[in-house]
Amino acid sequence: MTAIAAKGLTKRYGDLTAVDALDLTVAAGEFVGVLGPNGAGKTTLLEMLEGLRKPDAGEVSVLGEPAWPRNRALQPRIGVQLQASAFFERLTAREQIHTFAALYRAPGSAADEWLERVGLVAKADTRVEDLSGGQAQRLSIACALVHDPELVFLDEPTAALDPQARRNLWDLLADINDSGRTVVLTTHHMDEAETLCDRVAIVDHGRLLQHDTPAALVAAHAGGGNLEDVFLALTGREYRA
Amino acid sequence: MRAFAHTPFGALSIAILRGFVRDRAALFFAVVFPLMFLVLFGALLSNQDQSEIDMITVGDVPLLEDLPADAREAFETTFEVEESDDLDAALAEVRDGDADVVVEQKGDTLVAHYTQTEQVKAAITQSTLKAYVDGANIAASGQPARFGFAAERVEDESLTTIQFFTPGLLGWAIATSAALGAAATLQGWRQTKLLRRLQLAPVSTGTVVGARVAVTIAIALGQTAIFLGLGAATLGLKLTGSWWMSIPLVVVGTLCFMAIGLLAGAIAKSTEGAVNMANFFVLPMAFLSGSFFPLDATPPWLQRVSDVLPLKHLNEGMLDVLVRGQGPSAALVPLTILAAFAVVVTLLAARLFRWDTA
Ligand SMILES: Nc1ncnc2c1ncn2[C@@H]1O[C@H](COP(=O)(O)OP(=O)(O)OP(=O)(O)O)[C@@H](O)[C@H]1O
Ligand SMILES: [Mg+2]
Repeated sequence: MTAIAAKGLTKRYGDLTAVDALDLTVAAGEFVGVLGPNGAGKTTLLEMLEGLRKPDAGEVSVLGEPAWPRNRALQPRIGVQLQASAFFERLTAREQIHTFAALYRAPGSAADEWLERVGLVAKADTRVEDLSGGQAQRLSIACALVHDPELVFLDEPTAALDPQARRNLWDLLADINDSGRTVVLTTHHMDEAETLCDRVAIVDHGRLLQHDTPAALVAAHAGGGNLEDVFLALTGREYRA
Repeated sequence: MRAFAHTPFGALSIAILRGFVRDRAALFFAVVFPLMFLVLFGALLSNQDQSEIDMITVGDVPLLEDLPADAREAFETTFEVEESDDLDAALAEVRDGDADVVVEQKGDTLVAHYTQTEQVKAAITQSTLKAYVDGANIAASGQPARFGFAAERVEDESLTTIQFFTPGLLGWAIATSAALGAAATLQGWRQTKLLRRLQLAPVSTGTVVGARVAVTIAIALGQTAIFLGLGAATLGLKLTGSWWMSIPLVVVGTLCFMAIGLLAGAIAKSTEGAVNMANFFVLPMAFLSGSFFPLDATPPWLQRVSDVLPLKHLNEGMLDVLVRGQGPSAALVPLTILAAFAVVVTLLAARLFRWDTA
């Protein structure tokens, strides 16, 4: 079964084509990492898959249903962590996740459980404004997972995390994936992609350059080395605007 | 309560309400600030009420000279009387504000000359003198008085400054917190991407908007309860019969000012910008709608301008039902006007609305 099938997906912002006729399929239960330099179009791609943005062209079906126009039946089955932490103002970490649990009609016990799984029990009564960047990010991930979704989109979930939290999150995501959930994440950490992902999609200038297992990509690379070498060979070493 | 907190609507409402009560600045401007004005106005202007009214009697005024003893006493505490023979000079004094009223008696008719600029004093004078005339009429009929007449100055009490300012300041408080709250929430949620995140949750736009509206109305009713409760308990506010009609007025007024806030939130590009714009709409409107001073004394053109401002209609409706003793139906016209404003402005805001900053 396919979890995601995107065909000819295109999004333009004025003159800039952020995502350019991109095809992507993700099988159910797969763990896929989307890699690409800054501005490659990863967030835009994810937002179209989530049903948050209307594609200018192309089609997406998610869990067998069209993602656009926003699909009410689909929403409870998807979990989303946006690149920017989106919180209710002046709520504590616990109130925050309980509110999200209620929005998804998940039990309060799940909210407390997830607070524990992301290591925020000690910060449960801290307001979201007073959390550190990494703590806020963990809370945001917990809010994405609290309703036990079949398909999870995480946009740079480990960007602000310390090594401890990063490794714990790896375990957590691997657990979720082992229990049959499909995970799609973006990351700039090649080691993370190599460790976690069944397949990686390398994107640049809105186009899909490669979509294969990390091992296959490394094996096919003439110069040998690791995934990072493959990535740099594909996308070059220039800074991105 | 627990069950309510676990529904999407309930959870959202509680989250919004918590966000509000934990926002010191919002709380201050919604409740404390207007109350400060109320206390200040009450203290500043109540002295003026108690000051005696300067009355000049021209020629003989037997009606006032032959007052019964108890009425005489009340008369002397109310008026500072000066006698004169020159009507024109006395009228000039009133015009210049050196005296408040000139009284003369033409045959059996008591004539009072006063200016409209001193609303309260004019009303007291008018009602007191009228009461004396009524009393004299009864006496002249030769019948033993069947009904007792106690010279309690009802008019005076219904026109004390606190009576006048409570409805107007309350209207301003409600308008400010509804408009600013809506503007800040819309912009704040858009800035933090919460609005986008909520789009992905299985809740309808109606639920999100409904929760925000419900909380704003609850806050407005809370403001009303605090204002009227505190006013009645400590400032001598007396509510008249159909005060309960202020509840629908507050509800519909809140919808109207929320719509104005949404409009500001839809146009502005930042939270501060939205709040400033909402203030820019509401504060001048409060001045022109009689929240801070009575409109009756303003030039007619200004009163016509104020007719197109929704806050004026909220204030008028509130004055009518809270302190002027009008029946419930007095609120119907303001209610209709406010509802029409709410619908038009909401449609406008909806047209300009964008889900995110880009
Ligand atoms: N709302 C927008 N309006 C205009 N341009 C945009 C908008 N969002 C993104 N872009 C542009 O589209 C391109 C792709 O952006 P996107 O956020 O998808 O990149 P990304 O791959 O997620 O980058 P990063 O690794 O930095 O998160 C960028 O050049 C960006 O400037
Ligand atoms: Mg991104």
